[in-house]
Amino acid sequence: MRRIKEMVIEKALLSSALITIAVTVGIILVLSIEAIAFFSEVSIIDFFTDTQWTPLFADKHFGILPLLSGTLLTSFIAIAFAVPVGLSISIYISEYAPKSFRRTVKPALELLAAVPTVVYGFFALTVVTPFLQSFIPGLSGFNALSAGLVMGIMIIPFISSLSEDALHAVPHSLREAAYGMGSTKLQNAFKVMVPAASSGIIVSIILAISRAIGETMIVAIAAGQQPRLTLDPTVPVETITAYIVQVSLGDVQHGSLEYRTIFAAGITLFVFTFLLNTISYRIRKRFQEKYE
Amino acid sequence: MSKLKTKESIIDSDIKRKYKLQAEGVKVFYDDFMAIKGIDMSIKANKVTAFIGPSGCGKSTFLRLFNRMNDYVDGFRMEGKITIDGGNIYKKKINVEQLRKQVGMVFQKPNPFPKSIFENVAYGLKIQGIKDKRFLQEKVEESLKQVALWDEVKDGLNKSALALSGGQQQRLCIARTLAVEPSVILMDEPTSALDPLSTAKIEELIYELKKEYTIVIVTHNMQQASRVSDYTAFFYMGELIEYDQTKKIFTNPEKQQTENYITGRFG
Ligand SMILES: Nc1ncnc2c1ncn2[C@@H]1O[C@H](COP(=O)(O)OP(=O)(O)OP(=O)(O)O)[C@@H](O)[C@H]1O
Ligand SMILES: [Mg+2]
Repeated sequence: MRRIKEMVIEKALLSSALITIAVTVGIILVLSIEAIAFFSEVSIIDFFTDTQWTPLFADKHFGILPLLSGTLLTSFIAIAFAVPVGLSISIYISEYAPKSFRRTVKPALELLAAVPTVVYGFFALTVVTPFLQSFIPGLSGFNALSAGLVMGIMIIPFISSLSEDALHAVPHSLREAAYGMGSTKLQNAFKVMVPAASSGIIVSIILAISRAIGETMIVAIAAGQQPRLTLDPTVPVETITAYIVQVSLGDVQHGSLEYRTIFAAGITLFVFTFLLNTISYRIRKRFQEKYE
Repeated sequence: MSKLKTKESIIDSDIKRKYKLQAEGVKVFYDDFMAIKGIDMSIKANKVTAFIGPSGCGKSTFLRLFNRMNDYVDGFRMEGKITIDGGNIYKKKINVEQLRKQVGMVFQKPNPFPKSIFENVAYGLKIQGIKDKRFLQEKVEESLKQVALWDEVKDGLNKSALALSGGQQQRLCIARTLAVEPSVILMDEPTSALDPLSTAKIEELIYELKKEYTIVIVTHNMQQASRVSDYTAFFYMGELIEYDQTKKIFTNPEKQQTENYITGRFG
């Protein structure tokens, strides 16, 4: 009886694992088939070198670079804002604050990640942009800057929470060693704790980057919908994700070339996040080997 | 009047020379629980003093008072006075970081930093702002030689300290402590996680080190206490029951409780 039960449970677990794999494979398959169909009509060289993205206009160009630059620009702003803030928070919570602070503030911070991104998008558009316009006169109503900053706020808890977990997981004996050697709190934090937790911290940052690159609503609402190859954060740009939303919501014909552009854009996005996840996996493994 | 004063100060400096560490009326509380119930004790310079006693009697708590390592414990509170070379280390203005450079500590479980062997030994000097490469190298070599680890690691100073064996790691931790030239070394069961051979090496080392350092060691190993220490203090339930020359404690203790404990007839 017991053995049958164990076998049933084992099979159930196995099948849920298989289902996950199957879904992933299915997604990659659909993406690839549509993307291949797209690239049979558009040269892959044009795709990566053309500096315009105008598939919905009469004069069609299929250069992904403007969307890519929009994605990277907003993500860069978000990361540049969220990494220092998120890391400071995690170090403060794990090395400075009383334990009671950790218990209350950490869950509160994690709530930031639970706010619907649509809310963040409108916050960027209706609060942050007007605020920034008061001292950046040339700032457009839609721009990469406020979308990036608000996206940064959204991903702070990813960094602060995961980094804090990594810092918290450093054995207490190392903290004692650091203080026993006469370290100040600051030296303990930056010379011992952060290096000891570095793999976890780096992984948290990579996951946050991956989250920023894939983020859709905030940029679709606040960054604009004008594909433009630029690094200027004050003008409207369009990200890969925002473009996919725009087309999905529009009235393009299923199966048309315009329709297939979203798969080409999607697979580009997928390759990016896949690479990031692979890197974070590698880092985790390498540090494990080094420190265990 | 003035004569009296000079006399007093002579006595004072005499005490200072003789006794490195002193505790006066020391009580320790963890919230409401009294872990140390009023202890007076004077520990001699350049001697090894062993703390023995059953688990939970307060040996670690008492030991960690001397480098203020209990400060970070939630609910910790102390009454009384602890002095090093006559100076109160619990007065407000004391620089705790400076104190810990003077009073080094070796822990029960070897706890090297996840850094290279070199970086571990150089750590204490580097955080003092010393950057001179030459000086650091000399100091690292000297410290590793003091703990007899130099020959074993000199070809791999850049290797991770975590790749060393437990015994080597513990000697590295001692070297790390020695590098900043403390005058006191506190050891909390430094060999309890080690094999007999590594233990013997560390005991030998302690014997060498007492020429230059005042050493206080907590141990559960009676043989170890009798082998390495000059003085032994027996603690029980937060009190100092007996404190005397090690020979005396182990051959002819005054108190019945002490005798029961060292002969293993403990209730
Ligand atoms: N952080 C703490 N919070 C509350 N009570 C504590 C704390 N640390 C120690 N105690 C209590 O204080 C008493 C003394 O503990 P201590 O660790 O000093 O004993 P010990 O003699 O070193 O024991 P062992 O031989 O097991 O290491 C014990 O009763 C213990 O439960
Ligand atoms: Mg103890």
